Amino acid sequence: MLYEVCLQGRGGQGAAMAARVLVQAACLEGLWGQAFPLFGGERRGAPVYAFARISDRPVRLHSQVYRPDAVIILDRALIRAMRVRVKEGGLLLVNSPARPDGVDAVEARVFRVDATSIAVRLGLVIAGWPVVNTAMLGAFTRVSGLVKLSSLKEAIRMTWRGELGEVNARAAEDGYREVVEA
Amino acid sequence: MSRLVISGNEAVALGVKLSRVQVVAAYPITPQTAIVEKIAEYVEKGELRAEFIRVESEHSAMAACIGAAAGGARAFTATSSQGLLYMSEMVFWAGGARLPIVMAVVTRALAPPWSIWCDHNDALSQRDSGWVQLWAESVQEVLDMTIQAFRVAEDEEVLLPVMVCLDGFILSHAYEPADIPEQSAVDSFLPEKKPAPYWLDPSKPAAYCTIAAPDTYMEFRYEMYRAMKNAERVIKEVDEEWCRLTGRSYGGLVDCYRCDDAEVAILLCGAWAGDAKEAVDILRRKGVKAGVVRLRATRPFPTEDLRAVVEGMDALAVVDRSLSPGLPSILWSEVRAALYDSVKRVYVKGFIAGLGGRDVTPGDFIRIVHSTLEGFRRGEPGEVEWIGLRGGESGHH
Repeated sequence: MLYEVCLQGRGGQGAAMAARVLVQAACLEGLWGQAFPLFGGERRGAPVYAFARISDRPVRLHSQVYRPDAVIILDRALIRAMRVRVKEGGLLLVNSPARPDGVDAVEARVFRVDATSIAVRLGLVIAGWPVVNTAMLGAFTRVSGLVKLSSLKEAIRMTWRGELGEVNARAAEDGYREVVEA
Repeated sequence: MSRLVISGNEAVALGVKLSRVQVVAAYPITPQTAIVEKIAEYVEKGELRAEFIRVESEHSAMAACIGAAAGGARAFTATSSQGLLYMSEMVFWAGGARLPIVMAVVTRALAPPWSIWCDHNDALSQRDSGWVQLWAESVQEVLDMTIQAFRVAEDEEVLLPVMVCLDGFILSHAYEPADIPEQSAVDSFLPEKKPAPYWLDPSKPAAYCTIAAPDTYMEFRYEMYRAMKNAERVIKEVDEEWCRLTGRSYGGLVDCYRCDDAEVAILLCGAWAGDAKEAVDILRRKGVKAGVVRLRATRPFPTEDLRAVVEGMDALAVVDRSLSPGLPSILWSEVRAALYDSVKRVYVKGFIAGLGGRDVTPGDFIRIVHSTLEGFRRGEPGEVEWIGLRGGESGHH
């Protein structure tokens, strides 16, 4: 089994961190994985790409991901600029309060969750940026069934100790509960 | 032991901490910087009792490590690309002075044109410096290799500095699960450093590395050559001992994958060996008896082990992530030289790929194997072919 995920967002939204947390959650379930960013000019606000591979055996691949099983979009304005397209029949998850524009031609199951509202509601805002990654991961565990919400929450608490971990775990729960088909 | 998702850079830093390094001197450079930042954090928090020397350049970083190692301390630094080139004079000094320093080289292309991405030309440019050069495939191996490097360097039969080479970004910034050994296990594997027999001791004043006239210089070089030969055995022993401790062995000097009955193999070093292994699995399902020979050491060059593993194979595809203009590629040339005296000489074709971080996929490795087999069957000379070149070799770029 090899499942590939691409997270697309803007620098500061937590895409790279989300890929790591997802792999950590998978490892807690005895799976294996690998997370890496697209290496380039990462900076706050610029479009960024992060990848996660999840497998039932150690991941040996170190080349790029070209057609992921799932794409997670942290900023819906990036849909049209999407450089990494989801595999046909795969899964597209968008941070959006309503059905996002630009997904009609996508041959994948499309889901949405209003992760920005969740982040703002829980005070997950850094330097004016709602940090939506954990809410999106919560939604992703629900629609992909790849890892359990409890594993994700544990991985979140391993990544952010104390109160910050608790708030992010709550964001994951809210994302899990609020995700809908778009 | 615990399993954590860490990056290649964090794995180096953790290996340095577990090895109880005493002196670290480094200058930041992408994609290495995170290593020394993490080590600085360990020192600041008191988790690593080491002297962290902030220096103004890579040249000074190595000079400081040379001083520390000459004084008997366990010393470490890390660099990449232009930083390694700037350090080069001191790199050769550390090799000649036989100081068991360990350095992580996070491999990155050389400028110009400017590039921060993976390429092996930086590390390989230092191949005659008298440093042992080891290459990792995974984050777990980076961690294990960093600890092993000190054992190899400090072995009395070796006493040479060791480079741990890991692919820039591809490994340095990749997060993978790694089993973290207990401190007590590492302590038993790597005891407190004994100073080399020639360490600087103020109570017994002596001078080292002074001038050697033509009647003595050659003997110093011969001793270095002997030490590098000894390193072949020590690297294998250390790998076996690490396996007894952790259950993880990587094969000593060469990691052979599905080579037993292979008719063709891909030979390379670094993280893309994993992609080559995936390609081999696909080829095997289609009836092509392929394997992977991954060099874990390029210095000492594993001539004997290589001959043994490729014996009986028809063809070998040597894939270089580096260029020696006019040669044109380094491992290809070294492999051909190593196999010249084989009883039945294997067909060796060279490939240049992945320069400056260009992605190389399992599909590319499958094409590489087919091209090699085709060249073998047609009896073509095993010249070097460029992979993934825009417009092809005769095209306009």
